[in-house]
Amino acid sequence: MTTTRKLAVVSAGLSQPSSTRLLADRISAATTAALREQGIEVEVTTIELRDLAQDITNNLLTGFAPPKLESAIESVTTADGLIAVTPIFTTSYSGLFKSFIDVLDPQSVTGLPVLLGATGGTERHSLAIDYAMRPLFTYLHAVPVPTGVYAASSDWGSAEDALPGRIERAAGELAALVAVSDRSQQVRDPFALPEGFSPVGSFGAQ
Amino acid sequence: MQFGIFSVSDITTDPTTGTTPSEAERIKAIVTIAKKAEEVGLDVFALGEHHNPPFFSSSPTTTLAYIAAQTSTLQLSTATTLVTTNDPVKVAEDYAMLQHLSDGRIDLMMGRGNTGPVYPWFGKDIRDSIELAIENYALLRRLWSEDVVDWQGKYRTPLQGFTSTPRPLDGVAPFVWHGSIRTPEIAEQAAYYGDGFFANNIFWPKEHYMRLIAYYRQRFEHYGHGTAAQAIVGLGGQAFIRPKSQDAWTEFRPYFDNAPVYGHGPSMEDFTEQTPLTVGSPQQVIDRYAAMRDYYGDYQRQLFLVDHAGLPLKTVLEQLDILGEEVVPVLRKELAKDRPADVPDAPTHASLVAKAYNGGPAREARPNANRGDNLSGDRPYQDSAAPAGASFGLAATRKGN
Repeated sequence: MTTTRKLAVVSAGLSQPSSTRLLADRISAATTAALREQGIEVEVTTIELRDLAQDITNNLLTGFAPPKLESAIESVTTADGLIAVTPIFTTSYSGLFKSFIDVLDPQSVTGLPVLLGATGGTERHSLAIDYAMRPLFTYLHAVPVPTGVYAASSDWGSAEDALPGRIERAAGELAALVAVSDRSQQVRDPFALPEGFSPVGSFGAQ
Repeated sequence: MQFGIFSVSDITTDPTTGTTPSEAERIKAIVTIAKKAEEVGLDVFALGEHHNPPFFSSSPTTTLAYIAAQTSTLQLSTATTLVTTNDPVKVAEDYAMLQHLSDGRIDLMMGRGNTGPVYPWFGKDIRDSIELAIENYALLRRLWSEDVVDWQGKYRTPLQGFTSTPRPLDGVAPFVWHGSIRTPEIAEQAAYYGDGFFANNIFWPKEHYMRLIAYYRQRFEHYGHGTAAQAIVGLGGQAFIRPKSQDAWTEFRPYFDNAPVYGHGPSMEDFTEQTPLTVGSPQQVIDRYAAMRDYYGDYQRQLFLVDHAGLPLKTVLEQLDILGEEVVPVLRKELAKDRPADVPDAPTHASLVAKAYNGGPAREARPNANRGDNLSGDRPYQDSAAPAGASFGLAATRKGN
């Protein structure tokens, strides 16, 4: 195994600057630091979904990803780890975030370690990570780490260690999985036929 | 190299006038379009199959037979025949019938269909789509190549001593293409049988289809049908042409913006750049499509989509005039340049007959006297191969009798 790992960061914040991006960057920095401590180099690709919003809609309509979106999808699906951060809108991940997930091939993030992050106006929505985001990634057979990181507006002005502490803990959990991942080294055959496939079918050769 | 058009048979409101053609108008229009295709020198007309509005083409063989009766050189095909939800027995019968009536001017393109509810409407499950395509086609091949078929599969009732009638014209089954936009299993199937492979090449970037076609070519060679360069490849395409590029853009834009597939999505600028859709002058269309073989290799059939998105009949006929008079003649010359001599043309009935009989006389299937079934006599046709014992039951296992 090489000692470079690929980390993808997806931020679904809509405003610029956005607290979602701010949280994503903090988590990304903490994860990178945790990996470097183990002597592992990290290549980080940060994806702002806002920049891809039209491409994502077009992909939903036409079935194919325009070049910029295709390269973002490639970064996510071939990463050793993903940091996914969304604002919580109306009790759940944002529509743009879900639309991005919807244009991924559902098989393509199998086994991908994911750190779930979310932002919101009040801390009352913090459980959205666990009742909305976590099932989404579990369905996709990704591997969400146990600690999710939720940042309410008030966290950015808090002297307590709650947010930095959670970021540290979650980043440590993600780094441990990323360190042993070989996802970014895997060669994927888009034309791999299913096990046992026969061009004449199971009965046809009779 | 064959050039032609293919239609999905959509009945779409013309966004510039708000008028929707009636089914009657559109059905008559497709006949006019097909006849026009022959008149302007195109080689192929292919018609889709759908079982829900706003499409009219539920019964392609009826339409194609009617067109065959009014044309003399046009090769008729499908785009696509639903191999998943149609009974392969009925496909075998219908298309053999059409083959006779059209004097062999037909081939078929198999497709799985992408309309979810069609599967349950025909008693099938979309989750079995690939398995259905594989099994049904395997049966179809046998129905065309063997006079008496005993068969058992997973998806239809078994057959004992069944003969599909009429037998294919001259004892040679119609050539088959397999259409797929993303499924390696279908490319594998086409390669296994040495059949053609068709990429619709209209909705997605060419890179996507290039990978699939390269895979098909490689597997065609693997199965021993020839070199990868000799595999039989067909491509779709889409163009809107006017003498002046700017006129084409202005006229086509409202149709693009409201089109059923890509409307209200990407801009026409992005879509024409990212996919093979070409809007412009004849020369621009020629340049774009003359370059296709650089990406896909020398190929056998190029079909254009011209009658969709609510374009009025008059416009479609004008498009065919430009296509036939200014675009295709030049493309024919361009694509013939440096084409290796061992790259075959698309198979036709004549070429398949020549190959099957090596110049000798073709089969003429003459039934034996009616026995009321296929089981009690020895063979259904005067020249049928003698069965090894009875064609079903215990005796069927006594091979070599």
